[in-house]
Amino acid sequence: MQRRIFLKGGLAAGAAGVAAGLLPQAVLAAWSKEAFESKDMKGALKALFGSDAATPGQIKIKAPDIAENGAVVPVTVSTDLEGVEAMAIFATKNNFPLTSEYALGEGALPFVSTRIKMGKTADVVAVVKAGGKLYSAKKAVKVTIGGCGG
Amino acid sequence: MSSIKIRAKEKGGVVTVKCLISHPMETGFRKDKKTGKPIPAHFIQEVVAESGGKVRMTAYWSGAISKNPYLSFKFKGGKKGDTVKIAWKDNKGQSDSAEAKIS
Repeated sequence: MQRRIFLKGGLAAGAAGVAAGLLPQAVLAAWSKEAFESKDMKGALKALFGSDAATPGQIKIKAPDIAENGAVVPVTVSTDLEGVEAMAIFATKNNFPLTSEYALGEGALPFVSTRIKMGKTADVVAVVKAGGKLYSAKKAVKVTIGGCGG
Repeated sequence: MSSIKIRAKEKGGVVTVKCLISHPMETGFRKDKKTGKPIPAHFIQEVVAESGGKVRMTAYWSGAISKNPYLSFKFKGGKKGDTVKIAWKDNKGQSDSAEAKIS
């Protein structure tokens, strides 16, 4: 009897897992105009992940303390979190804070490295979606020459 | 010539892909210094990386990614000799793709 209950529970959990696995794909299937043109981070997060409730998490952000040229700020985001589905990189003081978003495919490790533009001194915020939850971390980057505007 | 340069290396079962794309990545906020007119936005919106018949990473970008963008990512399940294909699309509908072998 106990085994039966266990099996049923397992099946239900499995089905839920499949549903959860499919959903983010649908959400991330296209470039989100709403998220990328949101003027605040909360709006961008909501448009992107359907929630702005991110808890501080074990995420490593590698970025310079001082960026001499805001047009080219190298940023590397990685995490030890399990079940990472997507990662997003924000520069909080940019006109549109969301710089980029990464949907992890099969076998992808939670690691991404790129170069972003920063309008002025601000926090670089990384938001990671893992197991259906949002985690975030930030790092302050001082910009001496802005990279947006002419 | 392709706009994409790819380097893919396998070590200990993990493939590290690094790529550089030639693209102006205009935000749309900049103004032409001579005429004062705004320079229209022109940036890559989507980069898809495939290997072994599977999509490994999809990047969605804004104009806040630096000019001539750099992207690096890692994945498991690739081996030396496999092909990595990277394709991008920008907001003007232009696109390009390139392939490289994992070494």
